[in-house]
Amino acid sequence: MGRKILLEKINIPGIKTYEVYRQNGGYASVEKAFKMTPDEVTEEVKTSGLRGRGGAGFPVGMKWSFIDKKSGNPRHLVCNADESEPGTFKDRYLMEYIPHLLIEGMITSSYALGANLSYIYIRGEYMWVYKTLERAIKEAYAAGWLGKNIQGSGYDLDLHVHCGAGAYICGEETALIESLEGKRGNPRLKPPFPAVKGLWQNPTVVNNVESIASVPWIVLNTGTEYAKIGIERSTGTKLISASGHIKNPGVYEIELGVSVEEFINSDEYCGGMIDDRPLKALVPGGSSVPILPAHLIYKTAAGNDRLMTYESLSDGGFATGSMLGSGGFIVYNDTTCIVRNTWNFSRFYHHESCGQCTPCREGTGWLEKVLHRIENGHGREEDIELLLSIQSKIEGNTICPLGDAASWPVAAAIRHFREEFEYHIRFPEKIKNRDHFVHEPFEKVRHLIKKETV
Amino acid sequence: MEKNNYTQQINITDELMTRINELISHYPADKKKSALIPVLHEVQDAHENWLSIELQNKVAEILEIKPIEVYEVVTFYTMFNTKPVAKFMFEFCRTSCCATRGVEDLMDYASEKLGVKEGEITSDGLFQFVGVECLGACGYAPMLQLGDFYHEKLSKEKFDQLIDECKAGKITLHDK
Repeated sequence: MGRKILLEKINIPGIKTYEVYRQNGGYASVEKAFKMTPDEVTEEVKTSGLRGRGGAGFPVGMKWSFIDKKSGNPRHLVCNADESEPGTFKDRYLMEYIPHLLIEGMITSSYALGANLSYIYIRGEYMWVYKTLERAIKEAYAAGWLGKNIQGSGYDLDLHVHCGAGAYICGEETALIESLEGKRGNPRLKPPFPAVKGLWQNPTVVNNVESIASVPWIVLNTGTEYAKIGIERSTGTKLISASGHIKNPGVYEIELGVSVEEFINSDEYCGGMIDDRPLKALVPGGSSVPILPAHLIYKTAAGNDRLMTYESLSDGGFATGSMLGSGGFIVYNDTTCIVRNTWNFSRFYHHESCGQCTPCREGTGWLEKVLHRIENGHGREEDIELLLSIQSKIEGNTICPLGDAASWPVAAAIRHFREEFEYHIRFPEKIKNRDHFVHEPFEKVRHLIKKETV
Repeated sequence: MEKNNYTQQINITDELMTRINELISHYPADKKKSALIPVLHEVQDAHENWLSIELQNKVAEILEIKPIEVYEVVTFYTMFNTKPVAKFMFEFCRTSCCATRGVEDLMDYASEKLGVKEGEITSDGLFQFVGVECLGACGYAPMLQLGDFYHEKLSKEKFDQLIDECKAGKITLHDK
């Protein structure tokens, strides 16, 4: 059994309530933090090596150290609970079942940053979780963990939960801030970064739910202890949202460093493939990261075991690797049509583009349309090059990373599954009347593509 | 914003106003606008799940902002409806993980069962289904959202049961 930090107490009956949470050692990190200086708390987080769990993997302690303390403007901590990356549903699990862990993390982290007004920004669809958090915050106020002069420490903190209303883009930190200000979720140009000018132009840190929920353990057990878990620069534990064609989909806490093979096949985690069908592809870190074909899942191109770490999953760069991202682990078996799946992702990004930057607003629509026609048997031989050309013109040319997120999956799908695209284009009659699933796995028709020359 | 022929009875009850004021209190006094999205959710829930222009103007008045500031937000975020919707709107997640686990078949089934196409409202005004983008329930696919709640690991049988429960008035739409 791997070590549990975040989900250690999740099965205790009634842990959702303040009383039970407190009886089981809850809020102890706040008490400990108040005996330290804010900078000492930040140092512990730096030592822990904790990396942002929302997807980018930027070191949390370093992000905190950028916050502008000189200007004297009020500072804010905003928790990013806008979890919308397809394949990711871990933060919801944490907030739904152990809301006080996040609140405790928010208090300890806000103290480290010197923030007196903090928010949790949750996606609007998680409305019942919003209500759960709202009730938990009221309990925390009643017990004296929020408000003025918390537990006699002299430190004041107001914490509120704020909901969005259905926009993936609001997971991008500056779009999230715009949305929190009551505006459309259009990302801002950077610099200035939120650490200097964020919410209401005040210095702001935006962190993912899981990152903040890891802080109480780090403060209580020291950053050095946390850094002992995991491998090299991938320290600590990570929540993985496992979905797709596996026997036991769900949220799992792993010590970073477990092998991908073990994660997919062990009964402790995914439990193997559904109906024991062959593994075809894997998206290891949410829909934006490159898809991996079967031969690059358990082993890297260099022949090493592929591990669940930031480094190992990205081994080989985009040519033969992928990314840990948000930990949205989607497993596909041989009945999956890669073209259909890529079209599905492109439709998502087209729908979610905020429309601010032309390459993304227009390009995501083009990607969706071209993929749609290939999937429906109207593809043209030049479409594959056209897709690559469009995606290369979006990538790197937009204000926020949504453009990259939309273009990477397309490039990766073509890179690893080009024959499947060619099959769609050259044998339209074979795919035109298909239902939503592939009844004849591609492996069985692959030989056809080799005979056809153009 | 374009005028349409839909009309809506506006009723800002004392109870709703108390809740709106509570939400406004979460932000600094000069940052009332920040409460816009949470307030719109509350107002929409209390008005049959949609927001007419008149209602949006009312929200602008309450928050002391310009009506355009409300319109631009309402049209940006997908959870706000600008025309009447069915009492029970099933929102099926159709993104990759749910598609992998059969949501498209289930939507075909919903269409057959309800006798309407995606987006259309049944003649009794009770039901409607739409496909939406990832709802963050990938491990519990296929799933749909109804009001404030998720209904997960669906099958045709479970969907039938859900419809029966809606008709029997056993479904809670909002967590107030």
